[in-house]
Amino acid sequence: MKQGILSDILDYSNRANPYPLYEELRKTPVFHDGDGPYVISKYHDIQSLLHDPRLSSEARNLAATAGDPLAESEDEGAAALPPSFLKLDPPEHDRLRRMTNRPFGPPHSPHRIEGMRDDLKGIVTGLIDNLGDPARIDLVDQFAYPFPVTMICRLLGVPREDEPRFHVWADTLAASLDPDPDADAKERDKITHDARMELGMYLAGLIEERRKNPGDDMLSQLAAGHGQDESMSTMELLSTAALLLIAGHETTVNLITNGMLTLLRNPDVLKQLRETPGLAVPMVEELLRFEPPVQLLPQRTPLVDIEVRGVTIPKGSSMWLILASGNRDPDRFENPDRFDPYRKDIQHLGLGSGIHSCFGAPLARLEAQLALSELARRLENPRLVEDPPPYRQNAVLRGPRHLQVTCDGIRP
Amino acid sequence: MADAALDRLKADGRIVVVGASLAGLRGAETLRDKGFKGSLTMIGDEPYEPYDRPPLSKQALLGKGAAERTALPRRREIDAQWRLGVAASGLDMAARRVKLADGDEVPYDRLLIATGVRARPWPNPAEAELDGVFVLRTRDDGAALARRLDAGPRRVLVIGAGFTGSEIASACRERGLEVTVAERGDAPLVGALGGVVGAVAAEMQRENGVDLRTGVMVTGLEGDTTGRVRAAHFSDGTSLECDVVVVSLGAQRNTEWLTGSGLGAGPRGIACDAGCRAFDIRGIVTDDIFVAGDVARSPHPLFGYQFLSLEHWGNAVSQAETAAHNMLSESTERRPHIWVPAFWSTQFGVNIKSVGVPSMGTEIMIAQGSRAERRFTGVYGYQGRVIGAVTFDNSRWLQFYEQQIEATAPFPPPFPTVDRRPEGQKPLPADFPDPSVPTHGPTITLSGYSPADRRMTFTPAGH
Repeated sequence: MKQGILSDILDYSNRANPYPLYEELRKTPVFHDGDGPYVISKYHDIQSLLHDPRLSSEARNLAATAGDPLAESEDEGAAALPPSFLKLDPPEHDRLRRMTNRPFGPPHSPHRIEGMRDDLKGIVTGLIDNLGDPARIDLVDQFAYPFPVTMICRLLGVPREDEPRFHVWADTLAASLDPDPDADAKERDKITHDARMELGMYLAGLIEERRKNPGDDMLSQLAAGHGQDESMSTMELLSTAALLLIAGHETTVNLITNGMLTLLRNPDVLKQLRETPGLAVPMVEELLRFEPPVQLLPQRTPLVDIEVRGVTIPKGSSMWLILASGNRDPDRFENPDRFDPYRKDIQHLGLGSGIHSCFGAPLARLEAQLALSELARRLENPRLVEDPPPYRQNAVLRGPRHLQVTCDGIRP
Repeated sequence: MADAALDRLKADGRIVVVGASLAGLRGAETLRDKGFKGSLTMIGDEPYEPYDRPPLSKQALLGKGAAERTALPRRREIDAQWRLGVAASGLDMAARRVKLADGDEVPYDRLLIATGVRARPWPNPAEAELDGVFVLRTRDDGAALARRLDAGPRRVLVIGAGFTGSEIASACRERGLEVTVAERGDAPLVGALGGVVGAVAAEMQRENGVDLRTGVMVTGLEGDTTGRVRAAHFSDGTSLECDVVVVSLGAQRNTEWLTGSGLGAGPRGIACDAGCRAFDIRGIVTDDIFVAGDVARSPHPLFGYQFLSLEHWGNAVSQAETAAHNMLSESTERRPHIWVPAFWSTQFGVNIKSVGVPSMGTEIMIAQGSRAERRFTGVYGYQGRVIGAVTFDNSRWLQFYEQQIEATAPFPPPFPTVDRRPEGQKPLPADFPDPSVPTHGPTITLSGYSPADRRMTFTPAGH
């Protein structure tokens, strides 16, 4: 195993195609170098560890993270909100996730996502109608980015007139997850901090308003609380809203953009999708395997020494679970590097697994299915202008920063 | 190296599947998947094509789905001759023929038996005949019971608080019907999960308005002059007015049709090897008769090679696939069926899942969550190893404990979990009832002797 493979994975020059690095990594299924993290790259190991109750998601259980380039800086945690359920263990995790799920999914709200289908379709149609010059489309800025933000506004109940302000904060926070190494760090931190404050104050105001005049949006329902769990505190609610906001759009942007890029590289599949929109359902699953928007989970640590493939991982160690590598593990999938929407055996790690499996999965799936099948139907003879396209800085939430597409026209 | 006989079997052999339910169908599909091109006959005593049973005690009773519409999805075309509505009545092993109740006989080269189980009937036949007395196993049972619940009975009595009985009680409460549950053991689910977990199930029932009576037997059912059930009498001297009675006392294996055939079949099922090949009564393995699903009992290495009979959906699928594979394979390519038992139930809004054989456990430890919240993982221990696990609304962790069972990991688990609360610190007696006391019965039956047991002396005749 060559040294420095982790810095290669984080190195921007490998962003467009990290998969050969993952292949190299799988030769040492439990990779550990110096004081760096323990890196797990095989499908079955990741799958097991995601269900292992000895593995914590809480930062306080980490011993030291000096060697982990993806560890969060401390002041970021101190300045911001309490940790969201993404970074909590049971029972706090279970309680917050359960309360958040109540207005979102089954058993209490089984029709929420399906009920949003027409709304979602309307947003997709509107965005495609306004793409402008078909010869010069940036699918990220003009489509994949505005789509989930608009969606999350509707879901949370952000009033239409506030959407422009909300968009600015959301964009700023999203950009902070994807820092440009050349920019002035201090200035960037200040902008991010201000945006977080303003968004937090805005949401707090909105929550107060919803407590008095509840609607059928998620914020109202979360603020009201139900059943044995009582309601969330305002701080918990803010953390949860911020989680929904960030997770809900960082990932969907990449899922849609990676999807369109993959389709443009596989024109036969694009054509089949245009003719059979129902193909979108299995195709999005294959996409979640082939190009998962969350490439790896860097936030796990064992509560005791655990053994994986004969390697002892000491208590408190930092661990990375490379989902994208597991998804291309030839010991799990036949022809793993082939994009095949007709694949029958498709139990991927793209949405994680276990108690932290993607909360927004049903919405993300529907958004991607609708977006990709509509783009396939309406864009006439689309071509990539640049392959590979420029990628975003972020190695964890990986996707193109721009996706320049040219096409002959836009079908009605 | 291909065996010519095997090639002939695949090309134009005759395979008969007795039992047209989940295991029978999945077995047939697997045979075709594996390239069997010969004639395939499916024999079933019910007039229906294969259907799914779990919805019958859940959605169908709630009126959320008709019992008539639970046909099993087909994975592929199987191109079979269907002999439905006629039971198999006998087997001639020497002549390789299955006898049917209508007098017909069907010859085979390979036979797959998947006749499953049926509901144990109420022991008093006259009382069982009363209008309003039901069992729940088949599609017709489900439809009839759902119709009667639609009519709004004043009180339903469920006899037996196993999984099916508890699901029926749950459906009744969800419909707003008054329901009494009578259980001979000390708590619901006690035969399958023990007293510690049974106590949680009892609380769930009572909180949801079930009139739960434990440690009590129903001694008789009483009808009115028109032959409708009107009351039940209990061993504690009390009686109860009720207009629907659901007898939920577990299952009996459908093996009577094999009596006298020479196959190793009896009330506990049909004994087979790990490759699903049936034993004859001399303990010699057959090579042309295979068994799968609820009716099979096979030795399992994880559980001391004891013979396990499993009334589990997933086991039926997996065992049928293994049996079908082995039917068409050379001896060296055959594979064992060593499925880890797994089971689920939904009742009173709680998702219950188990893996392994909890009923072998002598101790239990609540490893995660809390019983008070009805969200927990209970781990069962047997002789210092993990033998089973159960979750109440906590199923996302279950895979880990399944691996612990497979790895014969030590019990009690020596590590902390992300969710260790005070009650999870130490093991408790699992509190299973004395096996000699009849209860509704678990869905897993251990029916062999461990090699460690020395309870039999064998003296061959003539020595």
